[in-house]
Amino acid sequence: MLANSINQLITDLPTQIGSDVTAFLSELVLCGTVVALLLGRLLGIDRKMPGHWIAMAGTLIAFGIAFGNVYANGPDAYQVGEDAQLFSGLLVNDGLTVFFRLFLLVFLVLVIALTVLSGIPDNEDGPDFYTLLIGATIGMMLMASANHLLMLFLAVEMASVPSYVMVGFLKGKRLSSEAALKYVVYGAGAAGVMLYGTSLVAGMLGTGQLHLVAEKLRDLLTSEVGVGTDMSTAAVRTIVLGVMMILVGLAFKLSLVPFHFWCPDAFEGAPAEVGGFLSVASKAAAFALLIRVVHQLTGFGDLAVPLAIGLGVIAVVSSTFGNLAAYFQTNVKRMLAYSTIAHAGYMLTGVVAMLVALEDGNQMLATDCVEGVLFYLSVYLFMNLGAFAIVALIRNRTYSEEIADYRGLKNECPWLCVMMAVCLFSLVGLPPLGGFVAKFFVLAPVWEAASIHWSMGVLVGFALLNTVFSLFYYLKVPVAMFIVDRPEDARPARTGSTEAVFVLLLTAPILLLGMSPLISKLSLAAERVAHDTITVPDGARTSTSPEK
Amino acid sequence: MFQEHLPTLIIFAPTIGAVLLMLMPKDNEEGLRYTALTVTIVTFILTLALLPGFDMSEAGMQYTYSAEWIPNWNINYQLGIDGISLPLILLTSFISLWAMVASWSITKQIKGYLILFLLLETGMLGVFMATDFFLFYVFWEVMLLPMYFLIGIWGGPRKEYAAIKFFLYTLFGSVLMLVALLMIYFNSHHPESNEHIFDLLLLTDAAQGNEGLLNPVMQQWAFWLLFIGFAIKIPSVPFHTWLPDAHVEAPTPISMILAGVLLKMGGYGILRIAFPLCPVAVFDGSTVLVAIGVISIIYGAFAAMAQTDFKRLVAYSSVSHMGYVVLGIGVVGVVSADTASDYWKMGINGAMFQMLGHGVSSAGMFFMVGVVYDRVHHRNLNEFGGLAGKMPLYTGLSAGIFFAGLGLPGMCGFIGEVFVVLSAWQFSKILAIVAASGVILTAGYILWTLQRVYLGAEYKGPHEEALTPMLARERIVAGVLLVFAIILGVFPNLMFQYMIPSIQKLTDGMAGQMAGL
Repeated sequence: MLANSINQLITDLPTQIGSDVTAFLSELVLCGTVVALLLGRLLGIDRKMPGHWIAMAGTLIAFGIAFGNVYANGPDAYQVGEDAQLFSGLLVNDGLTVFFRLFLLVFLVLVIALTVLSGIPDNEDGPDFYTLLIGATIGMMLMASANHLLMLFLAVEMASVPSYVMVGFLKGKRLSSEAALKYVVYGAGAAGVMLYGTSLVAGMLGTGQLHLVAEKLRDLLTSEVGVGTDMSTAAVRTIVLGVMMILVGLAFKLSLVPFHFWCPDAFEGAPAEVGGFLSVASKAAAFALLIRVVHQLTGFGDLAVPLAIGLGVIAVVSSTFGNLAAYFQTNVKRMLAYSTIAHAGYMLTGVVAMLVALEDGNQMLATDCVEGVLFYLSVYLFMNLGAFAIVALIRNRTYSEEIADYRGLKNECPWLCVMMAVCLFSLVGLPPLGGFVAKFFVLAPVWEAASIHWSMGVLVGFALLNTVFSLFYYLKVPVAMFIVDRPEDARPARTGSTEAVFVLLLTAPILLLGMSPLISKLSLAAERVAHDTITVPDGARTSTSPEK
Repeated sequence: MFQEHLPTLIIFAPTIGAVLLMLMPKDNEEGLRYTALTVTIVTFILTLALLPGFDMSEAGMQYTYSAEWIPNWNINYQLGIDGISLPLILLTSFISLWAMVASWSITKQIKGYLILFLLLETGMLGVFMATDFFLFYVFWEVMLLPMYFLIGIWGGPRKEYAAIKFFLYTLFGSVLMLVALLMIYFNSHHPESNEHIFDLLLLTDAAQGNEGLLNPVMQQWAFWLLFIGFAIKIPSVPFHTWLPDAHVEAPTPISMILAGVLLKMGGYGILRIAFPLCPVAVFDGSTVLVAIGVISIIYGAFAAMAQTDFKRLVAYSSVSHMGYVVLGIGVVGVVSADTASDYWKMGINGAMFQMLGHGVSSAGMFFMVGVVYDRVHHRNLNEFGGLAGKMPLYTGLSAGIFFAGLGLPGMCGFIGEVFVVLSAWQFSKILAIVAASGVILTAGYILWTLQRVYLGAEYKGPHEEALTPMLARERIVAGVLLVFAIILGVFPNLMFQYMIPSIQKLTDGMAGQMAGL
């Protein structure tokens, strides 16, 4: 099989490589930026030209390429079905890939801008930090475009390893090193489990191609020589185990309960900038991968719905636990860490409903579910990064990330406080902020899926109850900022206008995505991507097996 | 052109004002205040500009405006005004204007206060004009944040507790409403394209057509989810416990808005959404509705009687008075498939008028409490007395406004209560008797309050020296509210003429679904 792949690669190389590389250009530019950063360090250029300029320039070029492609070609910027495969099927360049490529590049630009403002890697450490940051982003972009179980594992690891280092980036701090160590140990464990899972699945199905998993599964379970969907068969048990192990790896990246233990510690120890980066980028990439993997689980037939309900339970437990645990936190970063656990739970309900809808053959509904998740992630980017950015900027003045030290800040830096309130209330999901629209777009299709399986209604119920719970702890920050007076001996925390403008830039999309016609623009784009993601593999299937 | 965009202009005039205030320096306090006042005056004038173009004989929506907002979900920015919303829109801009005048007593962080105040006004006006369920929900929630901060920052000693209690209760109610919204959305169909819709007008048509919108079981669910959401806002017993705390802690102008406008949104929401979309559930649930109404009347009155805090007493009187609203809309009766009984129409008319009357009188009562609190900094009823000698004009105006709240004939409180009690008599004589006895209890606690606060030989509490005559600004607010309480009481038709056709359309439309039961 390996020989075949190599042969195919060699024969296809001259014709294929050109278009493959074009589609992969943004990632290559980022790779080039990493090389430039390291070379700059080697030649001492970083003394004259700080690392963040090189990083920013490279990211902007990569973003320009990705955006220009989408801008010029519209829906033709990506391919569908077999045409979308790159590098002999290891990667795909479909709608989801393009969506997350843009998403991650926008995010990377914002994070680099934030680090420049907050100055967390100093000039000395700059090139190292940006190498890690960009390296992790490349890994995440690969996660979003992985089309092979091997790539799935490699991409997750490529995203994880730089993340471990970034969490421990504050070298002198004990808390930071401890956080990094916890993250590494958990990450290594999860990676091992996931690797085992991928080998089980690949071994049972005889393919590593992600888009073939559903078909092979169906063949294995239902064809004449099939083993049926009876859990008592060893083959079924093995494959279910394999799939679950892969899901464990992804759940670790998503910090879903019970694979979340690293998350609060890592976020508390890491600089807020890194926390913001991990909470958004790594989650988004993991969701892209999760959508691809869960989409293939339809091959399980009757077993798919129980699996979906299992995931639904994880979603409910994650959001409930995240919200309850967040209530007792006194450190803002730790509180936000628990909040990201809860939000992963909300978004997971959308993926669960997608599986249920697909199993029922309702592709329209499945499209809506994916659309909701994509929209949620887009809003989540701004509200979560906004919150972390404000934490970082305030930390630069007060040297504290405790809620108690936020008391009465409204007089010191009113804009940051107002924007923090916007971010947090958007995280609660209150209109007219983007968080509400996002939550609505995720939960509405889940509610509709309740007509297929009643448990989906329960998911919505829990998500809504959690919204009420979450108000309690999110409010603690605005209460401290606006209602309580500043203690006499508190450190002054006046911030400059550049910071305010940057934060305003981050929060403006939250307002726009809550009120303006931009909502429909984004949701239409998300719908198109979701539509192509959901329906294309099915179309491909009809070409191979006409009776289906 | 102007007519078409007038509702939008009204809703967003306060927002524009808020943006203007944001750009002004915060040291110029008088400038900020007068700008904000101008904005509320302009908004009030704009709402008055609705009247000439409003066709009183037309029962349906007027000034309709619709633009696509999120087309792939069929969510529209859709506004409209009918006889049910018009009086409440006028009330909102009217009370906001006088609450703004009353806001001169606020001295702390005036810029933030005024901005939030104006944003709150946008939310309130939006609720009364939205004819798209999603838009309605958004405006409904928009009010939460400004209200939370207005109570939480500018409130009294237990402001944090009161603010979060208000926030949680309302958010919980909203979440229930959201579930009902999802139920209704996924069962709706556009008559032509067959897609799901949020358009309340089309939803109403569907709900009152032959097929109905929801099946009876789902109607029960949707109705009670919506009702709890709205009952929290009204507030009806047993969902009322946030109100006394919120009122006691809120600054005076915010109490005026809270009692004068916010509570009316609950009643409006029931009439605009819960009733027309779930007629069968309304028919089945009418007994529960009237029971809740009567319990609120009696419980609120007794609770008011037991208070020693002046403001808390007025707050409980709101619970009692808003009970008449629930009672009035709950006396469901049907004659035939396209006609509702006259007493039901009369009940809803009475409930609507009660909302208007209570809007004026309760805002006035809270203002009067605020006037004396600003002077002596306490509200303990047992330490008052003898104010009539020190502040004769204040005493006179207060007595007038409290009598309006009591429901003295010739004043605004009377019309609503009489209409509701008369229609309740047709529905159930026992309930009517109990409700009518609530009037006596009301008279009891209000007269007793007047006696404890204004009469008596001398003032017994602290800060006696601070009991100075009313300022010109205070005289204007109190005077205007009293004048309007009398005008509404003497010429109730000023408001009835707008609402009767729309209420007839609402009830007759629901009768079709009910008559078959």
